[in-house]
Amino acid sequence: MAGGSAYYPLERKAMNIYVCVKHVPDSAANITIRDKTQFDESVVFLINPYDENAIEEALRLKERMGDSEVVIVTLGKESAGHTVRSALAMGADRGIFIQTNDYPDSILTAKALKTAILQDGRPDIIFTGKASIDSEGMQTMFRLAAEMDIPVATDVVGFSMANGRVTLERQAEAGATEVIEMTAPCVIGTGKGLNTPRYPKFKDIMMAKKKPVKQLDLAGLSLEKPAGSMTLLEFQPVEEDRYAQILKGDPEEVVRQLIERLRTEAKIF
Amino acid sequence: MQKIGILIETTEGTLKKSNYGVISAAHGKGHELYAFVLDDRGSHHQDRLQAQGVQKIVEISSNAETSRWNPESRSKAIIQAMDHFDIHTLVGLTSAQGRDVLPRIAAFLDAPLVMDCIRVNLAEHIATKSQFSGKATASIKLDGTHFIFGIRPNAIDPVEAPCEAEVISYTVLSRTDRMTIKEVRRGKSKGIDLTEAEIIISGGRSMNSTDNFRILAECAEVMGAAVGASRAAVDAGYVPHSMQVGQTGTTVTPRLYIACGISGAIQHLAGMKTAGTVVAINKDPEAPIFKKCDYAIVGDLFEIVPILTRQLKRFLSA
Repeated sequence: MAGGSAYYPLERKAMNIYVCVKHVPDSAANITIRDKTQFDESVVFLINPYDENAIEEALRLKERMGDSEVVIVTLGKESAGHTVRSALAMGADRGIFIQTNDYPDSILTAKALKTAILQDGRPDIIFTGKASIDSEGMQTMFRLAAEMDIPVATDVVGFSMANGRVTLERQAEAGATEVIEMTAPCVIGTGKGLNTPRYPKFKDIMMAKKKPVKQLDLAGLSLEKPAGSMTLLEFQPVEEDRYAQILKGDPEEVVRQLIERLRTEAKIF
Repeated sequence: MQKIGILIETTEGTLKKSNYGVISAAHGKGHELYAFVLDDRGSHHQDRLQAQGVQKIVEISSNAETSRWNPESRSKAIIQAMDHFDIHTLVGLTSAQGRDVLPRIAAFLDAPLVMDCIRVNLAEHIATKSQFSGKATASIKLDGTHFIFGIRPNAIDPVEAPCEAEVISYTVLSRTDRMTIKEVRRGKSKGIDLTEAEIIISGGRSMNSTDNFRILAECAEVMGAAVGASRAAVDAGYVPHSMQVGQTGTTVTPRLYIACGISGAIQHLAGMKTAGTVVAINKDPEAPIFKKCDYAIVGDLFEIVPILTRQLKRFLSA
């Protein structure tokens, strides 16, 4: 699975590797809700962490296969262009940036990604993070695969590809791992356990500024209106205060108290 | 009469307890509950399912050569069943299985889907779910011809609603050649999946060795709990990554979370902050976790946990 010595494929083919990347608020950012359906966007935004694993795996595949191209595809507001550049700085070759001021749901997002990718080229494989840390919808990659009528796997923690077939490891239930074979092209939903994403060096960041980014407009894609949709009605803040009750006494006594509290107050046992 | 389909999950022939909350989410005036069971043991589960209010148990089987389901064939089978029984609303678990099946169904039907719901209104097609890694929740309206909901494990309290259930057999021709599960490697830690566990006991760096996690495993066994770990314990090599609770590991939603020798780094808290009740056991009275727990025990986990195991064993068997 992992590299080692260079891999020389029997027939050299150009591989078109696409990575769908989302521009999201930093998980450490404070979320301040405004007007029910908005939030203060002056916080730090960055590449969706799971998408970093996707970019990394795409780059490793390119390094193994040779003669390939890693293309970043992002849908978002103007500020999302920053994430496209960050992805290019990691080592991707070029980007496709679909701009919109709206917040399209997963159904529309998948249609946009599919249209932009197929207008661009013929994908051999598509990587993307298994979920985004802001909307946590956990579904865009499945919709993208259905749009393209190609197979898809998620929670991928191991990946290899040869002769148009993908062999992957998926994190399944209760610590189990599934070994799955799929035909390519396919969509791979990457998890954190798959790899450790590389940090771009200063020169990579500088070089990224010169890499080509195709600018598209969501409206210009002329997507058919989907049959279904998900609409945000309102955000609600989450209050997370816990007021610790300190249990005191010798160990036996403390445990006795704990069990009693769990039984009567927390209603656990 | 609104028909609600429920995707039932089983593990090694047993009905998962976490299904009950999902079934309760489907309860409602005029709702007729159809449980989709795919392990060929529909009649076996009948008593449990009808106690929870399921009126129809649809035992879905495939007449394809290989009897083992994969997520693609499973999804296609459920879609066929939904079509056959004219069911437009489907609920399931946001579990490892559910996360691989519900979105496929929604994608194929081009139907709206909300995963990790903490509340659902099936009559008005509205769901409430976490956003921004739990910093907020959102109410989302679903529009379309079909509606799919993935319920967060342990978010909805099960309510018994005894009724009579009918078992219906339904065979589908469902096969897929694009995806094959070649092998399933069981985890070293058998038992309940972290994302579904009602009770979790976790260990941090202070556990000091793989072997010491046995102390937590023994306590877990008495409670019917799962064992988790902090990133520090995983990085130190004591336990596999699959046991990691936290931002770069798994997000858990148990009723009870017991943190043993865990300092309470923000990334760890992010993974378990929605737990119903949090107990922290730590030698260091200044540990940040003590500000984010319900019950604090300043003490040595190596002393406290075995005592907890012993007392619980006595208490629970009484």
